[in-house]
Amino acid sequence: MSELSVNHLLGIKYLNKKDIDLIFETADHFKEVINRPIKKVPSLRDITIANIFFENSTRTKLSFELAQKRLSADVISFSTAQSSVKKGETLIDTVNNILSMKVDMVVMRHANPGAAYFLSQNVKASIINAGDGAHEHPTQALLDSYSIRERLGKVGGKKVVIVGDILHSRVALSNIYALQMQGAEVKVCGPKTLIPKYIESLGVTVEPNLRKALEWCDVANMLRVQNERMDVNYFPSTREYAQQYGVDKQLLDSLGKEIVIMHPGPINRGVEITSDVADSKQSVILDQVENGVAIRMAVIYLLASKIQ
Amino acid sequence: MSQKVLLTSKEVNIILHRLACQLIENHLDFSNSVLIGIQPRGVSLAQRLKTILETDYKIKNIPLGFLDITFFRDDFRRGEKQLEANKTQIDFLVEDKKVVFIDDVLFTGRSIRAALTAIQSFGRPSEIELLVLIDRRFSRHLPIQPDYRGRQVDVINDENVKVCWKEKDGEDAVYLM
Repeated sequence: MSELSVNHLLGIKYLNKKDIDLIFETADHFKEVINRPIKKVPSLRDITIANIFFENSTRTKLSFELAQKRLSADVISFSTAQSSVKKGETLIDTVNNILSMKVDMVVMRHANPGAAYFLSQNVKASIINAGDGAHEHPTQALLDSYSIRERLGKVGGKKVVIVGDILHSRVALSNIYALQMQGAEVKVCGPKTLIPKYIESLGVTVEPNLRKALEWCDVANMLRVQNERMDVNYFPSTREYAQQYGVDKQLLDSLGKEIVIMHPGPINRGVEITSDVADSKQSVILDQVENGVAIRMAVIYLLASKIQ
Repeated sequence: MSQKVLLTSKEVNIILHRLACQLIENHLDFSNSVLIGIQPRGVSLAQRLKTILETDYKIKNIPLGFLDITFFRDDFRRGEKQLEANKTQIDFLVEDKKVVFIDDVLFTGRSIRAALTAIQSFGRPSEIELLVLIDRRFSRHLPIQPDYRGRQVDVINDENVKVCWKEKDGEDAVYLM
């Protein structure tokens, strides 16, 4: 059988179309598993995985932990708040110390772009990037595409608009790579200050008008406004952002077609989307969360099978 | 590669009817029994038996499921090839049911060991039986024996038994290769 072309999941840009197809096919099987009365398989019972989160996370961390437990792996989790990182230990030292306890795989989130790549070059373990700064968040992009595939049948040929804070978003970058690899067309939409200057070099187009973008698309991925990453004001006020780039039910109903609404979470209700949109039938936000576990099980399973 | 015919199409057909009758002997109208084909090669055999039971013996509504054991195998990361998963499709609970596992060839017994673990995800069966078309004698790694067997054969370890089905491979036959 085919296997992944990589030993680590550092970003979508290191994968190819075949890898994504394999991950999706494997995730289909795991989705069936997690809907059984007993939702657990014993495949990874001799694998130990460390989850190292240098940045806050609820959903991703829970989703990874659950995926690991459903595969029967042993899991240790660690976040920097209670760790020796605060005492000045370097990243490699921290991770090597964890690896001395015989850990086979590391899932890491870090504020610095490239942290996961750096780690993969310097330590002996399989690395999964759970978000590195504004660079990539590959499992999120995979589960987003998987949710589109589930809702619309396929990703190829679909039109996807990514709305909001593209500048600070690792979800946007990973999504652009993943969607284009599968043959979807991508537009980005948001305030000019939050669109990176050379974004068009990635092959995406910029649409400053939200209504036009929504009229064009099949899927709208509404990103969260990342206040914690903003050192200056990128738009005058949250209220003005919500008026120009927030989606409400009225706007959605006036499009004359059904588009799929996605959001990577956590939602700022009333900013990116209103509550009635988040809870509407067109929203796949909770499907994304469920699919996240299946996708992460698939990624972990496929990478673990390459550990010698 | 040289190959020898172990069973011809006619012999396969006779054996399938005998196995169907043996199943009826123990399960009567199948009201409390379910058939589970082990993926991938047990599926065709299970479907064939169900068809015979329905058309020739007029037993209706036999629950049939397919069980994939990939994630329950004990050789994950040990073999050269990566294990390929197949679809599991069991739309009923097996709680308190008599389960019949159906597979084409019984060799080391490890697949059946994995299936015994995997089926627990769908409830606690009252009993589990095993039906195989070909029983490779003297090659077991585990204490597992079939309750219904089509044909017992003595095969040395580097030989392969291949079961072909009309709907998949164009003919019904069993070869030794």
